[in-house]
Amino acid sequence: MVSTAETIQRIRRSRFNWVDMFLNALRIGAIVFIAVGLVGTIVKFVGGEGPSAEAWRDLVVGGLAQGAAYGLIALGYSMVYGVLGFINFAHGEVFMSGAMTSFFMASYFFDTGLWVSNFVLALILVIISATLTATIVAVLVERIAYRPLRDAPRLIPLITSIGVSFFLQYSAAFLFGISNKSVPQPPSWLLSKVDLFGLGWLRLEATKLLVIAIAVVSMIALYLFVERTRTGRSMRAVAEDKEIAALMGINVDRTIVTTFAVGGAMAGIAGSLWALLFRGVSFDTGFLPGIKAFTAAVLGGIGNLVGAMLGGVLLGLFEGVGPLLILDGWGIPGVSQLKDVVAFSALVLVLVFRPTGLLGERLSEDERG
Amino acid sequence: MAMLEITGLKKAFGGIQALGGVDFHINEGEVVSVIGPNGAGKTSFFNVISGMFPPDEGEILFEGENIGGREPSTITERGIARTFQNVRLFPNMTILENVMVAQHCRTKQGIYGAIFRTEAFKQEEALIEERAKDVLSFFGSRLMGYRFDQPAFVLSYANRRRLEIARAMATQPKLLLLDEPTAGMNPRETKELTGLIGKLRDERGFTIVVIEHDMRVVKNVSDRVVVLDHGVKLTEGTYDEVSTNEDVIEAYLGRPAGSES
Amino acid sequence: MTNGQLDWRKVIRTGLLVGVVMVFTSAIGMVEDFDERPVVVGILSLGFLALFWYVPRAAYKVGDEEVLEGMEVHPPTFQNVIAGAAVGAIGGVVLSVLVFAVNALDLRGVFVRLSPQLVKTLTFSESAADPNLAGVLVLILISTVLGAVGGGLHLVSDKLRRQIVFTVGAVVVVALLEDVISQILRTFGLSALVRAIYRDAALRLIPAIVVAALGFFVGGRERGGESRIRAYLADPDPTQRTRKSLFVAGVVLVIVLVAPWVLGSLLSEILATTGIFLLMGLGLNIVVGFAGLLDLGYVAFFAVGAYTSAVLTSPLSPFFNPEWPWWYTLPVVIVIGAISGIFVGTPVIRLRGDYLAIVTLGFGEIVRITFLSDAAAPWFGGAGGIRNIPGIPLGFDTISGSDPEYIMYFAAALVVLAAWVSYALLNSRVGRAWTAMREDESVAEVMGIDTVRSKLSAFVVGAILASLGGALFSAKLGSIFPTSFELLISIVILVIVIVGGMGNILGVAAGAVVLIGVLGGPRQPGLLQEFGEFKLLIYGVILVYMMLQRPEGLIPNIRRSRELHHEELSQDAWLGATPSEDTAGEGAPA
Repeated sequence: MVSTAETIQRIRRSRFNWVDMFLNALRIGAIVFIAVGLVGTIVKFVGGEGPSAEAWRDLVVGGLAQGAAYGLIALGYSMVYGVLGFINFAHGEVFMSGAMTSFFMASYFFDTGLWVSNFVLALILVIISATLTATIVAVLVERIAYRPLRDAPRLIPLITSIGVSFFLQYSAAFLFGISNKSVPQPPSWLLSKVDLFGLGWLRLEATKLLVIAIAVVSMIALYLFVERTRTGRSMRAVAEDKEIAALMGINVDRTIVTTFAVGGAMAGIAGSLWALLFRGVSFDTGFLPGIKAFTAAVLGGIGNLVGAMLGGVLLGLFEGVGPLLILDGWGIPGVSQLKDVVAFSALVLVLVFRPTGLLGERLSEDERG
Repeated sequence: MAMLEITGLKKAFGGIQALGGVDFHINEGEVVSVIGPNGAGKTSFFNVISGMFPPDEGEILFEGENIGGREPSTITERGIARTFQNVRLFPNMTILENVMVAQHCRTKQGIYGAIFRTEAFKQEEALIEERAKDVLSFFGSRLMGYRFDQPAFVLSYANRRRLEIARAMATQPKLLLLDEPTAGMNPRETKELTGLIGKLRDERGFTIVVIEHDMRVVKNVSDRVVVLDHGVKLTEGTYDEVSTNEDVIEAYLGRPAGSES
Repeated sequence: MTNGQLDWRKVIRTGLLVGVVMVFTSAIGMVEDFDERPVVVGILSLGFLALFWYVPRAAYKVGDEEVLEGMEVHPPTFQNVIAGAAVGAIGGVVLSVLVFAVNALDLRGVFVRLSPQLVKTLTFSESAADPNLAGVLVLILISTVLGAVGGGLHLVSDKLRRQIVFTVGAVVVVALLEDVISQILRTFGLSALVRAIYRDAALRLIPAIVVAALGFFVGGRERGGESRIRAYLADPDPTQRTRKSLFVAGVVLVIVLVAPWVLGSLLSEILATTGIFLLMGLGLNIVVGFAGLLDLGYVAFFAVGAYTSAVLTSPLSPFFNPEWPWWYTLPVVIVIGAISGIFVGTPVIRLRGDYLAIVTLGFGEIVRITFLSDAAAPWFGGAGGIRNIPGIPLGFDTISGSDPEYIMYFAAALVVLAAWVSYALLNSRVGRAWTAMREDESVAEVMGIDTVRSKLSAFVVGAILASLGGALFSAKLGSIFPTSFELLISIVILVIVIVGGMGNILGVAAGAVVLIGVLGGPRQPGLLQEFGEFKLLIYGVILVYMMLQRPEGLIPNIRRSRELHHEELSQDAWLGATPSEDTAGEGAPA
C-alpha cells in the first residue's frame, strides 16, 4: 500500500512529462473556461439580462442551505474514512433513513395537530427521532457488515458498503413503498421571507435560515465533541494509529462504534433538514446527496472535519450558483440540468489542482519516512 | 570519473532533517558500506537515490547525468537497483514472476505483441524466463525447481532476502543498493551472504553500496566505509581507519564498533 | 456447544435472527408476492419457501461446532434436534407477534406491505378479520418442525445430508426453470411431456416425486460434478491449468453456439444480455482485477461506444449522420473508446484508490448528464436519445434486436475476444506489471515499472472493450437513451466481477451467468423472472454475503485467494513444520 507521504512526495516531484502536460492543459483550460463564463455572465448582468440581484441572492442562500446538509453528511464519511480508511458508501442510506423517519414523524404530528399547534416542539421531536434512527442504522451496519472485515484489504469493506447501500435502499423501497412522500407543509411564518438585520435587501427565506442555523449548531457541537471530550480524543487517537491507541488503553471497537454513531447522528439531522428543505422523501433520496457529500468530504480534504463542513458548504454553493454563473455566460441552454456536472467537475478540478483537498490531510508520524 | 557522484544532498521530512548535505561517490567495481547508528539517515539516503523521494537540494550524478528527482522507474532503467530493509517482495506473485517482472524496463513487448502472440513476443518471453532462472541460480538450488511456482510469501525470511537480491539483479543494474541484506539472518546465513556479495562484484560485475549493521560483514566486503550520523557524513575510509575513529565510536554511544546494534 | 452442552444464548440469538429474517421477508412483500407462484401443485408455493428457507439452515448452523486445533470433537446428539426446534419455535413466535401486531394496529401507513392480506397468507386462512389462533399455531408448528429437521441433519451421515439437500434443491430448480425446460422440450416436439410435468408453471405431484428421487440419486453419487470440475481446474501446474480452463471455455462455447436454436428467442435474449454484461465484466476485470484500479464510472465508456455507433449509423442522429454500416463504426468506436480512456484516466491516475473510485464515478455521471442535457441535445438528442439505429448488416440480412439469436452470436464473439485479450495480457510483460503494481505500487515503480503508463494501458484496454459492448448494445436496442447508462450499470458490472471472482476470467463468466442470466440485469429480465422485482435487493444481500463469507468470489483467482487467506496459509505451513505436542500445549497459535 502506498503511504500518504509517498503519494504526496510523488505529486510534489518536479518532473515534467506528458501527464503533467495534459494536467496543465486541463488546468489552463478550466481556468479559461471559468473566466470566460464569468465575464460573459457579468456582461449579461450589467446589460440587464439574466437573473436579477435578488435571484442571485436566493440562489446563494439556497446553495448554502443545501451545502449545510451536504456538510453534515460529509462529516460521517470523513470520520469513518479517518478511522477505518474506507469510503462508507452506505452512509447516504443512513441519511435517507433519517429523512424517512422525519417524514413519518412529521406526518404523524401533522395528523395529531402538533405540527400546526406547536411547530417548534414537533420539529425538535422529529429531529431527535431521525437522529436516533440514523444512529441505530449506522451502528447496526457497522456491527453486522464492517466489523468482521476490520483486517481485510481496503477494497473489501468499500465493496461491502456498496452492497449495504443497495440493501438499505431497496429495503426502504419495499418496506415503505416506492412513491415519493410529501412532508407536510411547515407553518406559514417559516415559509415567508425574513428581513435579516433589518437591512432591507437581506430578505431571506426563513426555512433556509433555520436549516443553516441548525446545521451550524450541530457542526459546532460535533467539533467540540471531537476536540474537547475524552471520547473525541480517543477517536483522534484511533484515527492516527489503531494499534498504538489500543496499547494506550483505548477500546478501539467501542471508539469505532462511537464514530459510526456520531456520523449517523449527523446524517440523521441532515435527513430532517433535507425533509424540511425539499419536503419530499423517497427510497432513493440518499443516493445523490450521499455521493455529493462524499465529494464534499474529498473537496475539503478527507479525514479533516472542518474540511468536510467547508467542502459541503462550498459544494452546495457551486451547485446552486455555478451553472448560472459560469455556464450561462457561455450561452449554454438549460444550465440548471447541469448542476450535477458542475458538482462533479468541481471534484475533478480540485483533485487536479490540489490532490489532498482544500485543507489537506494530516500526516501521522509513522508516514513521514 | 566516479560512477555515482553525490554532492550536498539534503532531504527533510516535516521538520526533521533526514539528510543534511551528504557528499558521496563510488567508482565502478567498488563495494562501499554505509554505516551509522539508527536514524542516521541511511535508508533515506537510499530512498532519495532510488527516486522514491525527490531530494530537496543537491546533485546526484549517475554516470555524469543528474538523476535527482527523476521517477524511480527511470532511475532503475538507468541502472540502479535496490533492496529494502523490511523485505518488500510481491508476496502473492510466484518466485519466478517476481524476478520476471523486474525485467520490465529491459524488455519492450506491449499490448499488441501480447494479444497477437507475435514471434518477437514469444522470443522475448522465453528470454525473460531464461534470464530469470539464471539470476535465481545465483543462489544455488534454494530458489530453483519446484520453488519457481510457489508464491513468494511461503519463503523463509532468509530466502525472501535472497529473492529480493535476485529481483534487483534481474533489472540488470550497474549499481546495486543493498539495504541491510543480512538483517535477521543467523550467523551461518550471514557468512554465506557475505561471500555472495563478493561474488556479485567479481562474477556479475556489479558496483555495490551496502547498508549494514553487522561489522564483520562490513569488514569483509567493503573497499571503503562511509559513516553517516544525523544525516551528515561523519567520516569515510577503509574499515580499519573508520573503526578506530573517535567520532565514530562516540556516534555509536561508546559501544564497541564490533558489536551488532 | 462446548462440552457437548447446548449453548442456549446462541440458540436464542439465532432464533431471534430467524424471526427477524422472516418478519423482514414478509414486510417487504416477498412472501405475499411469491405465494402466487406455486412450486409443486397444491403443496408448495414459492412464498412458503421464501418465508421458511432460512429456518432449517439456521437451525443446522446453530449446532455447528467450532473446530479448534487440538480440541475434542463431540459427536452430534439428539440435543441438535432440540436446539434446531427451539430456533424454529423462537422464530415462529417472533413472526406470530408480527401477525398479531398487523391485526391489532394498522401499520400500513408506514409499512405498505403489512396488510390483512399478508396475515391471511401467513396464517393459511381465508379470513383475516379475527386473529386466527389456529393459523398462528400452525405457523409456529411448521417453523418448529423445520427447525428440528434442520438440527436433525447433524445426526444423519454426510451422504444422506447431501442427498436430502439435493432432493429439495432439484424440485425447486426444476420448478423454477419451467420456462427453459418446457422451451427445450417443445423444441424437440415434446409438448405433451410439458403438459404432463407442469401445470401453471408448477410441477405436478408425480413428476415432483420423480425429480425428487433423481435429486436423491444424484446427491448420493461420490462427488458432485461441480466439485469435480473444480478439482479438474485446480491443477497445480499453471500451464496445465490454463490449458484446462481453455478446454472448459471451449465446451461452454459450443453449448453457447447451439443454445439459441434450442432455447428460443426469449432465452436467447437473456443470453445476449448476459453476453454484453459479461463483455463489460471482462473489461472491468482488467481495470479492477488485474491493475487494481477501482473504476466506478465504467458505464461512461459503454455510453461513449453506444453513442459513437449510434451517431454514425442512425439516419435520425441530429447533428451528424453519415449512416455508415455498423461494421465501419467499429474502428471509430475503438479509437474513441481509447481516447476517452486516456482522457478519463490521465487526471485520475495519480490518485489513491478511493479517490480514484469517486472521481471515476463522477466522470460516469458527467457523461450521462451531458448526454441527457439540453445543451448537448443538438448533437446527441438529449433525453429523446437517438432512434432508428439500423442494426448489423450482413449482406443478406440485417441483424437487430428482433433477432436475439444472432445478437447472441455477436455477443459471444466479443466475449471470446475479451477473454482472449484478458488471458493474453495477463500472461505477458504488461500483465505482470499490473499484478506487481496491485501488490505494491512503490516497489513496482522502483523495479522499473512506469506505473502511470501501466495504469493508463489498463484503463484504455478496459475502455475499448466497454465501448465495443456499447456498439453492440446500440445495434441490439435500435435506439439509445441516456437513462440506459446510469450509475447502476457500473455497479452491477462491478458486482459481477466481484461475485464471480476478481481477476479470474471464468469467475467473471460465472458471475455474469448467475447475476444477469439468472437474476437479470438492472432493466433486463433474467431466467427467474419471479425475482425480478426484488433483484436489486438480492444483489445487495449477495454482495454483502460474498464479502463476508467468500470475498474471493465464486471461482477465485488463485493469487487473490492467496491474498485473502494469507494468514491461514502461513499458519498452516507453520503448524505443519512444528511438532504437534508444542501446539497442543500452547493452545491457539499466535
